[in-house]
Amino acid sequence: MNLFFQQIMNGLTLGSIYGLVALGLTLVYGILHIPNFAHGALYMVGAFLSYFLMVDLGVHYWLAMAGSAAVVALLAILCERLVFHPLRNSPPIHDKIAAIGILLFLEAVVQMFWGADFRRMSSPFTGILNFDGLIIPEQRLLIVVGAFTLVAALQLFLRKTMVGATIIALAQSRDGAFLVGIDANRVAMMTFAISGALAAIAATLYAPINLVYPAMGHLVIMKAFVIIILGGMGSIPGAIVGGMIIGFAEAFGGFYISTAYKDIIAFGLLVLILSVRPQGLFAKGAH
Amino acid sequence: MYKFGSFLMTPLAKYLMLAFALVFPLLTSNEYQVYVMASAFVWAIAVYGLNIITGFCGQLNLAHGGFFAIGAYTLGLLSADYGWSFWPAFAAALLMTAVLGLLVGVVSLRLKEHYFAIFTLCVGFIIYLLMDKWEALTHGPIGVRDIAAPYGFGLVDFTDTVPFYYLVLAFLVFAIWFMGRLSRSLLGRTFVAIRNGDELAQSLGINLMRNKTLAFVLSTTYAGLAGALYAGMVRFIGPEEANITHTFDMITYLLVGGIGTLTGPLLGTVGIVWITQSLQFLEEYRMIIFGPLLVLLVIFFPRGVTGSFLGWMHRKGEQAQAPEQRSMGKVSLPSEVNSNA
Repeated sequence: MNLFFQQIMNGLTLGSIYGLVALGLTLVYGILHIPNFAHGALYMVGAFLSYFLMVDLGVHYWLAMAGSAAVVALLAILCERLVFHPLRNSPPIHDKIAAIGILLFLEAVVQMFWGADFRRMSSPFTGILNFDGLIIPEQRLLIVVGAFTLVAALQLFLRKTMVGATIIALAQSRDGAFLVGIDANRVAMMTFAISGALAAIAATLYAPINLVYPAMGHLVIMKAFVIIILGGMGSIPGAIVGGMIIGFAEAFGGFYISTAYKDIIAFGLLVLILSVRPQGLFAKGAH
Repeated sequence: MYKFGSFLMTPLAKYLMLAFALVFPLLTSNEYQVYVMASAFVWAIAVYGLNIITGFCGQLNLAHGGFFAIGAYTLGLLSADYGWSFWPAFAAALLMTAVLGLLVGVVSLRLKEHYFAIFTLCVGFIIYLLMDKWEALTHGPIGVRDIAAPYGFGLVDFTDTVPFYYLVLAFLVFAIWFMGRLSRSLLGRTFVAIRNGDELAQSLGINLMRNKTLAFVLSTTYAGLAGALYAGMVRFIGPEEANITHTFDMITYLLVGGIGTLTGPLLGTVGIVWITQSLQFLEEYRMIIFGPLLVLLVIFFPRGVTGSFLGWMHRKGEQAQAPEQRSMGKVSLPSEVNSNA
């Protein structure tokens, strides 16, 4: 029973992190129709910035998270301005290649400063909560609560504020949004900023129970892509549900089937689903 | 300038390049340089494969490095673990990549655009994970040692660098020749039609699925050929051969040289391999330069060196011809070069 519960907790933790990363990816896709391969690099930069702020400058965990989120948001805006904006009228293959260029660049820069070593990042939440035999490490609880709070806040922002509504409007209909006078540039920059900040926060939440290294974004970004295909590209609830599906599949698959192959589960699932339903599980309309 | 340019487009320039490649081992006394050139040729073969599916057919295949590794592993495992000699294992490697390419292609090519790119990204990663984790078959992270060298039938010893260089060169020339035939054939034009607009192509009666699958199988076979040659050259391989960075490297070569062109893959690969070689200290950090280079290329020169050159020649040619044509009342036909995306 306890082991089973442990796997539920693992699934929730993984699902929360994947969901946050996939959310940023799906927001950008919904607005600009760019599969941002560089998103994983933003995640990785976020982890390294938090590491730098905490370990080298001695900043508190929360402040480090905020600082890293702000810097990565700026970085994401820069990517949009310098790279994706000039390419908005190019064939889609160019966006993808440019995103790969950003990814390679960011990884090389981080590796130049910090090297390719695996690093440990500590967090102030190292305790373990014990509910009558059910053991929950504090950091994992923090991840789940943090992710759910963020998603709720994002939903409020998108649904209840004017600025958030412009993002939804642009995602729903580009021409319609222009007709009512929405500034596409501003919305694009804002979307990139949100997606960058989400990636940095997810990385800072997850880093204390994982490791920090330049290639840490690879697996996460690929799984995030699997998730947004599962959940329908551009769909926000889809990203969260898809994140949970992959998180639980991995936690239980890793435990009951094979630890060595747990990373294959997500990709195997994708191959299987796309073979049967090329449009994804919950996709609406044509793509 | 224009005269020199038109010289470059004559067949003579091609033969001069071939002649240079043939005498290259005689020009340099340094065996290492011959080795570097041979490895550049191996990569160029793989990049030609990527050019078929991505350049001609317009589908960004991110599993290309994975198929390269499958070619290398098939040859490596058959020769090291099952005692096959080189050439049968070599043929098996080509067959293996073609069959797996067919399987993956049939499933993945039903997907369009981003879905295809993401799907192949995942396929590439599954290939990498299998090589890394399936220890019973692939030896896991230790990799495969003692891979057979190409058997020279008692005439030549391909363990030496120079004979191997000529072997690779022969395969490269064949690969380029085949590519040239392909690009001028109806099939090649069909691929370009699919890239320029698959709905339009379909309305012309082109069977999308069959042609895209054919392009995909051709491209994975090229990758398998390059991978098998690579395994025969370094004779020690590991799961890292399937790392996504190899695919990214190949995309860079292709894009710098000129995507969808005939000489682009060769120029891009050989050029960048030598630049990286001469900047050895950069090896680890080469992406600090090549990452932004990729971005700048797609923004400003999406057609790469060869494509930009062809475009420039075309414009110059039109300017030279314009006065004549006006007097003759002719309209110049848009040339094929302009349709290169």
